[in-house]
Amino acid sequence: MLRIPCPWCGERDVGEFHCGGEAHIARPSGADTIDDDAWAEYLFMRQNPKGSHHERWSHAHGCRRWFHVVRDTDSDQVLAVYLMNEAPPDLPGRSS
Amino acid sequence: MAEPGKIRSALAHCAIDGVVAKSGLDASISEQAFVGKVVLRGNPSDSEFLATVRGALELDLPLAPNTSSETPPVSALWLGPDEWMLICAPGSEAAVVDSLNAALAEGHSTVVDVSDAYTVLRLSGPASRTILAKGCALDLHPRAFAFGDVARTMIAKADVILHQTADETDDGGPVFDVYVARSFADYLWRWFDKIIN
Repeated sequence: MLRIPCPWCGERDVGEFHCGGEAHIARPSGADTIDDDAWAEYLFMRQNPKGSHHERWSHAHGCRRWFHVVRDTDSDQVLAVYLMNEAPPDLPGRSS
Repeated sequence: MAEPGKIRSALAHCAIDGVVAKSGLDASISEQAFVGKVVLRGNPSDSEFLATVRGALELDLPLAPNTSSETPPVSALWLGPDEWMLICAPGSEAAVVDSLNAALAEGHSTVVDVSDAYTVLRLSGPASRTILAKGCALDLHPRAFAFGDVARTMIAKADVILHQTADETDDGGPVFDVYVARSFADYLWRWFDKIIN
């Protein structure tokens, strides 16, 4: 069973959470001028790595707050948790 | 038939009060109907906000996650980093809302009376933790969840707010108040009934 450490509530069962997909995807500026390819890149293209993955999660059935999780998609290990306004932590030996 | 104009509890049809486990589990369950519940949101790092709430209710809001505070007759449950539920006696919620609204008129905050949105199932007795553990993934050992602790979590897939209101050493303890949405109350009550009997 996957357990996720909510930055506020502490470690809880994954069933209490909702995954919001890949994190740190910046909306391109000039949305009315960029071409469809660039827009599609922003909307649809995701990394899908085997290894560390930066994700947004929400503690939907707990404190209802959003936060970031770095999760190993292979082992399901949670490598780091940080707040929405924080920069991703350095994880030695891991690339994202 | 519900009488028009008369308040009716979420579990009025269930004959729930004082149900005692027949299975040998030492626990009983009852509904705490019509308890006043007010959701307060505001910035916990704003000392003026905290001071204003203290002035209005003579109550320090709990700032540590998963905790509660109490100045009778009002207690405050931590629901999130900027969200609390204030619990007060049946019928007194309007006074709590009015006093907070008057005091917090200047700042950035919200006060909402949610008394009728939730009901409270009170589970008490030495077997309470065993019964809760049947449907809840939280660590409910006394060293992890003790008197005064609060958790927003799930019991048997129903969203609840769990609050321990009496210790193991208290007479008839421990006691857990389970706040559940009115629409889930019937389901959760039937689940408890099945577990304890």
